[in-house]
Amino acid sequence: MDNTTNRWRTIDIVVASVIAVAFGVIFWAWGLVWSATEGAFAFFPPAQTLLYGIWLMPAVIGGLVIRKPGAALYCETVAAVLSALLGSQWAGTVIPQGIVQGLGAELAFAAFRYRSYRLPTAVLAGALTGLSAALFDFFVWNADYELTDYRIPYALLTIVSATVVAGAGGWLLTKALANTGALDRFPVARDRAPI
Amino acid sequence: MGGVFLRGFGWRHAGRRAWAVRGVDLRIEAGERVLLLGPSGAGKSTLLSALAGLLPEDSGEQEGTVEIDGLDPRKGRERVGIVFQDPETQLVMARCGDDVAFGLENRGVPAGEIWPRVDEALHRVGFPYHRDRSTAALSGGEQQRLALAGALALRPGLLLLDEPTANLDPAGATLIRQAVAGALDADTTLILVEHRVAEALPLVDRVVVLEPGGGVRADGPPEAVFAAHGAALAAEGVWVPGHPIAPRPAKTAAGDLLLTADQLGLPPRLGSTNLAVRAAEALAVRGPNGAGKSTLALLLGGLLKPGTGRVTASAELAGPDHRTPPHRWRAPALARRIGSVFQDPEHQFVTGTVFDELALGPRRTGQPEPAVKDTVTELLDRLRLTRLAAANPYTLSGGEARRLSVATALATAPRLLICDEPTFGQDRRTWQELVDLFADLRDAGHGVVTVTHDADFVTALADRTVTLERP
Amino acid sequence: MISIEPVAAPGAPLARRNPVAKVAAALVFSFTLLATLDPVAPAIAIAIELAVLPLFGVRYRVLARRALPLLLSAAGILVTLVLFAADRSGRVLLDAGPVLVTTGVLRTALGLVLRVLAVALPGVIVFATTDPTDLADALIQNAKAPARFAIGALAAFRLVPLLGQEWQMISMARRARGVDAGRNPAAKLRLFVSTAFALLVGAIRRGTRLAVAMDARGFDAGTPRTTARRQPFTRADALLIATATALAAATLTTSILLGTFRPLIS
Ligand SMILES: Nc1ncnc2c1ncn2[C@@H]1O[C@H](COP(=O)(O)OP(=O)(O)OP(=O)(O)O)[C@@H](O)[C@H]1O
Ligand SMILES: Nc1ncnc2c1ncn2[C@@H]1O[C@H](COP(=O)(O)OP(=O)(O)OP(=O)(O)O)[C@@H](O)[C@H]1O
Ligand SMILES: [Mg+2]
Ligand SMILES: [Mg+2]
Repeated sequence: MDNTTNRWRTIDIVVASVIAVAFGVIFWAWGLVWSATEGAFAFFPPAQTLLYGIWLMPAVIGGLVIRKPGAALYCETVAAVLSALLGSQWAGTVIPQGIVQGLGAELAFAAFRYRSYRLPTAVLAGALTGLSAALFDFFVWNADYELTDYRIPYALLTIVSATVVAGAGGWLLTKALANTGALDRFPVARDRAPI
Repeated sequence: MGGVFLRGFGWRHAGRRAWAVRGVDLRIEAGERVLLLGPSGAGKSTLLSALAGLLPEDSGEQEGTVEIDGLDPRKGRERVGIVFQDPETQLVMARCGDDVAFGLENRGVPAGEIWPRVDEALHRVGFPYHRDRSTAALSGGEQQRLALAGALALRPGLLLLDEPTANLDPAGATLIRQAVAGALDADTTLILVEHRVAEALPLVDRVVVLEPGGGVRADGPPEAVFAAHGAALAAEGVWVPGHPIAPRPAKTAAGDLLLTADQLGLPPRLGSTNLAVRAAEALAVRGPNGAGKSTLALLLGGLLKPGTGRVTASAELAGPDHRTPPHRWRAPALARRIGSVFQDPEHQFVTGTVFDELALGPRRTGQPEPAVKDTVTELLDRLRLTRLAAANPYTLSGGEARRLSVATALATAPRLLICDEPTFGQDRRTWQELVDLFADLRDAGHGVVTVTHDADFVTALADRTVTLERP
Repeated sequence: MISIEPVAAPGAPLARRNPVAKVAAALVFSFTLLATLDPVAPAIAIAIELAVLPLFGVRYRVLARRALPLLLSAAGILVTLVLFAADRSGRVLLDAGPVLVTTGVLRTALGLVLRVLAVALPGVIVFATTDPTDLADALIQNAKAPARFAIGALAAFRLVPLLGQEWQMISMARRARGVDAGRNPAAKLRLFVSTAFALLVGAIRRGTRLAVAMDARGFDAGTPRTTARRQPFTRADALLIATATALAAATLTTSILLGTFRPLIS
């Protein structure tokens, strides 16, 4: 499978968008299945950052699956636009926020010149998208909280959660997806044994 | 325009060892109307995709050559229009008119010409709504007609149709065939894939039968092909007209009551319905698209909560749970008593291989591993899925996926089996095999409910028919 | 049911504006407000937002329903602030270990809650009145967005309600196969994860097929695309953006003149 050109095929564009859309639907279903726990997530900041990690997954997975410049950024941006359309509580700012978060992961893939898609790259992508998310929140939303007791721990938790959940988790999820054959038209599926 | 020329053509999907289609030599002149036949898994859909230029180099390996009007189909896509089997995934836009316009915009048709051409295409397929209607608010048959309009608006020289009437009610299927007949220009080439030959014959003047191992089995005018090879083709799985299927009526009278529906409904999807299901009886549920048949199947299967009325299971079916309705039962108990097969096979797959998919049920009901293996092996063999045992369920052909989903329910042999469209997309041989499996189950005292548009299936198996009307 | 259809009366004077203009206006307004931490500017902004609501054809009840999760997070802000506020000045109202409520804390909480609401509402209003197809068309025609990407994303958005139904089908199919979680939260989480995975696999497969169907209709043929639907960008649209900018500036100015202005980064 030749991936030397950086031009996006139709399937790259549509599947990248669909990954973002599916995460939007999964978030919606989360509310459906766990409606009782929603309160806990609003009131318990560490749990909030766990959800944050899941929210950042499209950026990492998009980059790992599509393997083209802009994939991480595009996926996270589409996810943000969708959540705005669905009437997310952050509607006004979710789009720039999504762009900032997507840029973080994009930076990691660019640092490896879009050649490496192994676990360390994914973890770095997770960490950087977490970092950009944490910086955004640190200045824009959390300015009024105590620095050492809240703002810094919250930022660190966001980064850890993004590294583990979005980075390593995104890498594992991509592998699992490739094993189902769903990604057969993408370079990730190259090492599957024929049946 | 629209001449097709294949020489030694073959295609192997990435991730597969076997060729999906191989050694095909074929010449189709512009304006010919061809019916493409072959058993399930023979590679018909793959061949159509190749003709439409939709098999990218990175998705498999090609042998031989394929040309449309002397061009590689990947370069001459504007000559070809294709309608796939599943209408839902080929609609792109949210409004019907926009969807038909989509192809015209891509081709760079001047803005002023687009809407007249959209209206003309919608008119040609007899589309009943205004172009502002939402694509999400269409029935399966209406979606299929819209997809056809989207292909016709581009005025293709070669029109490819892959089982365009699967899952449609008989009236809807007739409408689609009329739309195709009325929409073709004299010089448009048509290649149609359809298992049910008799209905498709009025549309075609030539039949090509693919050989599953590779090559073309038979080719020529329908009468000539069926006169020369009719019996052999029928034995291999082609629905040759005039070769009726042996019916399997019940050997015994219906037994005890298993499940009753009283005024059961789920507005607006299903109006109030009364129904009783007995042991050792095959009950068929029929009715037009959108009548609520699938909804009824889910309600009877204990998967949806009734909106009105109730479902009552007899003590014989429910055992200790006979005081609670099926939708409140725990899942393992439900799966042991009532088996459900969904209309869309892909909704049902839980595991990563065909083998595990079949073994899941028996394992969950606590059968020992050797017994599980025997059950699975026998089902794989009877439904001709053995060579696919290690394949991922999602990579199967349309007919293969359907057989697998039915087999998953057969594997646990539940007391009551509820199947939604179990026979669509099947060739004659697997169809007969399915009828036999259902009949055996019924004759062993199980209750069988099938939701179906397939009149032959009803004749061959059903002891009783219930017809739903649109709510 | 999950849906991305607009929920407003489509004929309302501002709902009809060009989607790019609406989104730009919302972003300008929201982002200007982010610059300050005081409660006065957001309060004025909320008043403005509620006042223009009828012009967008959004009924107050609809907005309340859409903004409900917002109120929940506002409550969350209150609780976390009581525990972690930086500013604990003012009169002590309640002192119980880590819970120290002072007038300063309440003032900050009020500011933050108002700020969250004020910043979020413009987006909620705009997206509640915007049809995704119109947004994609306008992005291509008026904002020079690449057409292939905008249309590709739009085609994926059409799958949202379908995937919502698919979620329910997958859940039912699992139950039919004898898989359920009962009351055990760990099993429930496991089932959720496996359902989500199946949804993702199904979505990618649908996406693959959709891409094939789009290619079959010449999506990536290299011919320059034409547009069937025009999204004009009129003087009224420019005026909408200008007004939003002016109102945002006026809000900040008022807060500065009243001496309540507290810059975000000081
Ligand atoms: N995307 C794919 N990846 C891997 N294998 C595939 C793929 N699509 C089809 N196949 C395999 O190729 C073979 C031919 O499939 P195809 O869909 O062309 O058959 P078909 O003649 O249309 O059958 P049916 O009548 O059941 O629709 C089958 O064995 C199928 O499992
Ligand atoms: N999940 C759902 N949510 C809302 N409406 C639905 C849902 N599923 C089906 N419907 C609607 O309910 C009606 C009955 O649908 P159902 O699928 O039961 O019909 P059917 O008789 O099985 O049709 P077909 O022959 O096309 O399979 C249809 O109008 C359909 O659009
Ligand atoms: Mg097929
Ligand atoms: Mg149905």
